[in-house]
Amino acid sequence: MAIADKPQYNVIGTRPIRHDGVDKVTGRAMYGADFRMAGLLHGVIVRSPYAHARIKRIDTAKAAALPGVRAVVTSDDLPQHGARQVDLGEGAVSMRHLAANVLTDDKVLYRGHAVAAVAADNVHIAEEAARLVKVEYEPLPPVLDVRAAMQPDAPILNDDVRTVFAGAPEVNADQPTNIAKHLLFEKGNPQEGFAGADLVFEREFDTTMVHQGYIEPHNATALWNADGKVTVWMSTQGSFTAREQTAELLRLPVSSVKVVPMEIGGGFGGKISVYLPPVAALLSRKSGRPVKVIMSRADVFEATGPTPGSHIRLKLGVTKDGKLNAAEAWVAFEAGAYPGSPVGMACMCVFACYDIPHARVEGFDVCVNKPRTNAYRAPGSTQVAFAIETVVDEICTELGVDPVELRLRNASRKGTQRVDGPTFARIGMEETVEAIKASSHYMSLAPQSRSPDKQCGRGVASGFWFNAGLKSSVTATVNADGTVSLIEGSTDIGGTRTSIAMQLAETLGITAEDVHPTVADTEGIGYTDVTGGSRVTFSTGIAAVRAAEDICSILADRAAALWDVPADQTKYENGGVTGPDGKRISFKELAGKLHLVGGPVTGSGISGEESQSGAFGTHCVDVEVDTETGKVQILRYTIAQDAGTAIHPSYVEGQMQGGVVQGIGWALNEEYWYDEQGMRNATFLDYRMPTCYDVPMIETIIVEVPASNHPYGVRGVGEVPICPPPAAIANAIYQATGVRMRQLPMSPPRLLAELLKS
Amino acid sequence: MSNKHVISLELNGDAVEFLCEPRQTLLEVLRDILHLTGTKEGCSNGNCGACTVLFNGRPVVSCLVLAMECEDAKIRTIEGVACDGALDEIQNAFLEGAALQCGICTPGFIVQAQALLDENPNPSEDEIRFYLAGNLCRCTGYDKIVRAVQAAAEQRRAATTAG
Repeated sequence: MAIADKPQYNVIGTRPIRHDGVDKVTGRAMYGADFRMAGLLHGVIVRSPYAHARIKRIDTAKAAALPGVRAVVTSDDLPQHGARQVDLGEGAVSMRHLAANVLTDDKVLYRGHAVAAVAADNVHIAEEAARLVKVEYEPLPPVLDVRAAMQPDAPILNDDVRTVFAGAPEVNADQPTNIAKHLLFEKGNPQEGFAGADLVFEREFDTTMVHQGYIEPHNATALWNADGKVTVWMSTQGSFTAREQTAELLRLPVSSVKVVPMEIGGGFGGKISVYLPPVAALLSRKSGRPVKVIMSRADVFEATGPTPGSHIRLKLGVTKDGKLNAAEAWVAFEAGAYPGSPVGMACMCVFACYDIPHARVEGFDVCVNKPRTNAYRAPGSTQVAFAIETVVDEICTELGVDPVELRLRNASRKGTQRVDGPTFARIGMEETVEAIKASSHYMSLAPQSRSPDKQCGRGVASGFWFNAGLKSSVTATVNADGTVSLIEGSTDIGGTRTSIAMQLAETLGITAEDVHPTVADTEGIGYTDVTGGSRVTFSTGIAAVRAAEDICSILADRAAALWDVPADQTKYENGGVTGPDGKRISFKELAGKLHLVGGPVTGSGISGEESQSGAFGTHCVDVEVDTETGKVQILRYTIAQDAGTAIHPSYVEGQMQGGVVQGIGWALNEEYWYDEQGMRNATFLDYRMPTCYDVPMIETIIVEVPASNHPYGVRGVGEVPICPPPAAIANAIYQATGVRMRQLPMSPPRLLAELLKS
Repeated sequence: MSNKHVISLELNGDAVEFLCEPRQTLLEVLRDILHLTGTKEGCSNGNCGACTVLFNGRPVVSCLVLAMECEDAKIRTIEGVACDGALDEIQNAFLEGAALQCGICTPGFIVQAQALLDENPNPSEDEIRFYLAGNLCRCTGYDKIVRAVQAAAEQRRAATTAG
């Protein structure tokens, strides 16, 4: 549904076949693990069996002596970083922590922590050698619970961590601690706000650590050449970020590292940090050969960056007429082994859907003996959406107000100020709620229970994500046959070659098929930030539009030269150049004549928007709860989301559907079963992500409230769809059973336990 | 190193011979010895379906098949789905229906769907979902994959009727 009168587009809004499609349905597309070169060795990482231990000694002699072994490395081979802090795009981070996460030095902080690595002629020899590396550990007591880790007597993971206070008053600032950050945001006067509320709800929530679950394991092949130059072929969300991290970890200038992004088999935020490239590079330097390292599935679960578990306390005050008046949240996130959870973003997101005059949020980034966490689709927002959206639902029940009506009454709109300060530009929160209200799903009768042990219910929830801007580069060259070769730096995870090409095509007035997009390596294109933050179609799109505009202006000049008229009398419009006396030449025709008037034409464009104006979505779900087993079946699911302008509607729907199903997994099944031995369910079978038999079709409603800071009104769509599902499902479970779930996942044993209590 | 065995089989219609060790899986041989990297490795323990191939017409996860079990077998991989350069209906339906995002699970899904439609030309949505439940996709939410298989089934039935 379009909100305003939509401009007429030729390419935007159509559904061309993606440019890399044939390669991906025939098995020809080259992913990181598919890369090979002459002399290739295979690397295997030696990992910690303990959640917390001191390393007393590492003996690599036996491993190194095994025939076929070409190199063994430990943290001794990594450069020392001291207390060096470096900004790698997400704020200053300790290089010592980054380095120790790649190959640890004196301690292991989670099961799966990398301790050493071996390269051999084949992977089987490397695995045998890895088993021969003898590591002597002194086990230490682990701390696995976020609140336990905040206690003064908790085992300390990192001696060098001191609390960073952001807005919060300083306490014990010079003590070693697991609390790496303490944030505080405040707006209005929460105390007065609660005093002015007729009803106050205060609830506590727990969520467990979950993984992005991409199907392709991390991989990297590195060649440390004799000229000192390192080339890495890998699966990454951002080749430039991977280059910077690798170069910093190896203490090389960035120009000494080239990253070649291979096709990437899913990321969702988990393929931004580097784990393997520095290790593969060290093994290559030692052996003089290229070295490929591929993680096992267990390594991916145990030793990459899942998203934090959390403990959240949330308080909402509301007036009798259903106006949210005051809000307070206390949010503690598991950072994992090293600081850096997205708790700050969680604090900014928690109340973002609503215009609440008085609010206060406190956040804590807490180290625990689990893998160092990382971004996962709208990082931090899903955990807090679960909390706020279920309390909002409780308010609706208490006041007898329809959940859609209460959301409309309180929705954030243009001018609403977030708790952390910024004010929203034109956003589509209300429109997504209206879209659900008008949907055939919401207007249909709520599902009826089939039998006493099969209870049905319907739930609604909303969600917010910022969407990132950041930097992108695009170059585009006109071919003599009237097509354009487009070079970009954004790795393509979900069809963005096409959504970028379509924006270039729209601007030039040619077809999407006439654009040939290529994702280049770090030496083939200008700096481009990660494929993350729902930013590529927005930001790299802007760069492509600018490259197209560059071409338009050059072509107008060339046509002037061709016609021998002054350059100010020609204009590029509607897919060609017009000039005086009705002169007109199409893009295609002019492309064929460029060799006569000045030669090749290449346009370039960059973008560097600070931010986007925000993405909102509202979801509606029907569930059936088996009260004998606690199993929840999703009967029907509808998502309405503001896409600004949908460039390729199929891939917008795809992001919405994919996000919802990940959210369903988070809601109902997925969790890290962690005890002192580590993760007990590090396989796909036991981690249990949704299969296609677990879910129905996901109905999508694309709402289009054009964003003002993109030439075609694009808003990122990738992340916000994961935020509402856990709360929407929890609210539906309540409608079905009368039980309020305040912990994730709402798996059969947990739900059954609550049902038996009630 | 010395205990390698010669295995002969039919791969995508061609006679193929290779040397392998007893511990090597069909997946490893396909990818590392025969260089057919269209078959993907997602978990190596049979949980994700990314490495699905047809073994004498039956879908199997090639990470759980030892290469030495394949003597005289007829193996079909994703590379053998398109015929003489023309895409199969399922491949076309995946393209037209935007049934892939990152594409890593796509070869496994296409091979599994191939087996489904060979067995059952007119599957219901429930039958499609049940048959594909051993293949994990983390990007699409499965909606467009199921629709693509429905569309391909319809295409095939139309072609059969017309023929």
